[in-house]
Amino acid sequence: MSEASERSLKATPEQLRYARVLEIGMLIGLIILLVTFAIYTFGIMKPYIPLEDLPRFWSMNVDDYLHQANIQNGWAWVGFLAYGDFINFIGVAVLAGVTIVCYLSIVPVLVKNKDGIYAVLAVLEALVLFLAASGVISGGH
Amino acid sequence: MGMDRKPLLLILVSGIVLIWSLTASAGAPAEPSPATGAHSWWFWPLLLFIVTFVMGVLAVLGGVGGGVLFVPIISGFFPFHLDFVRGAGLLVALSGALAAGPGLLKMNLASLRLAIPVALIASTCAIVGAMIGLALPTHIVQISLGATIIGICILMLTAKKSTFPDVPQADRLSSTLRIYGVYQEGSTGQIIDWKIHRTPLGLLLFIVIGVMAGMFGLGAGWANVPVLNLIMGAPLKISVATSKFLLSITDTSAAWIYMNKGCVIPMMVVPSLVGIMLGSFVGVHLLKIAKPTFIRWMVITILGFSGVRALMKGLGI
Repeated sequence: MSEASERSLKATPEQLRYARVLEIGMLIGLIILLVTFAIYTFGIMKPYIPLEDLPRFWSMNVDDYLHQANIQNGWAWVGFLAYGDFINFIGVAVLAGVTIVCYLSIVPVLVKNKDGIYAVLAVLEALVLFLAASGVISGGH
Repeated sequence: MGMDRKPLLLILVSGIVLIWSLTASAGAPAEPSPATGAHSWWFWPLLLFIVTFVMGVLAVLGGVGGGVLFVPIISGFFPFHLDFVRGAGLLVALSGALAAGPGLLKMNLASLRLAIPVALIASTCAIVGAMIGLALPTHIVQISLGATIIGICILMLTAKKSTFPDVPQADRLSSTLRIYGVYQEGSTGQIIDWKIHRTPLGLLLFIVIGVMAGMFGLGAGWANVPVLNLIMGAPLKISVATSKFLLSITDTSAAWIYMNKGCVIPMMVVPSLVGIMLGSFVGVHLLKIAKPTFIRWMVITILGFSGVRALMKGLGI
């Protein structure tokens, strides 16, 4: 195998950076989610919706669920972190948010390598994901 | 594609803890609620964990994504509303992609340069799809889901795969964006230089893929791979790996829409997530001894049945 082929077989610096950040973020999110779920199901923290009442809610559509459970949508879950069910949203938010961090982490590498087009694309993608995460865009009946 | 062992060991332990916690917290039998009939509250989450575990195994053996199995099967046979099933489905597909992504990127099988422009289009359209899906009446979504699943089955039965597509020349767009690469084929040791063509057409198709992924809460691997491989000409392994990685971006945008809408119930999400990841881990190990063709037929049959059931549910039959 020629040296040129050996070099190009390796992933690019930005790809390796993305992979590292993704791996760390994914593991953190997963660990948080599993710990909080154990806290929830073992009743270490009292849930907002009692476990026995869950079946009543999970068969409703989401609008009825929010209305009957008196829950606001969007980032309102942050105000419910005293409850065992809502602490699970921390892990979900980390898993759903890690990709934004990955994109932002590769921008300096792309700029350093004078890869302007991809730096712009990475920033645009981070903005799209941030917009989705912010709750500014919503869907619903 | 192998998976990193660290999260997998974590999943194995958590699977045991999950079953233990669900059965331990059940305590004395609760009065069954009208919504569950004769079942206590923990029956369905526990069954969800078992079913998603089996799904994870079958997904690996059948060469399909867990996401495309999750929504039709769970919405068809469980009492959970489709809103929550789609939210959970996206998080399940996302988690699988997050787990596989680092390894695929490090091995240079997933191409970040190929994924970035594609992901920007697909993730933006997934937001649109999620908004449409949440705005439409449930029975319309069920009918559309059923039809789409049946279409996916037909695609899986008829679509050819090209291990090394013939790409005479890279097109101008892919050349400008420097979307090309080199990888070493594991089975033969051969060094493969790859490039793509028909990039504008491929990007246009990802508009449709993004909308559908967001609308139905499906992972989009069933569509990503044919477009990357057959339309754009990326080698099959690059297409499969990049598709898996792509899901981590496309599904992130749609998952946030569903999450902000309130379509996440932890008692559904966590058992599903753990079940599918544990099943995938086992499936990878069973791959050596299983007969993939038979499993693939079984998966297509299950999907077809689920698609028909979704249609019937939507039509009120």
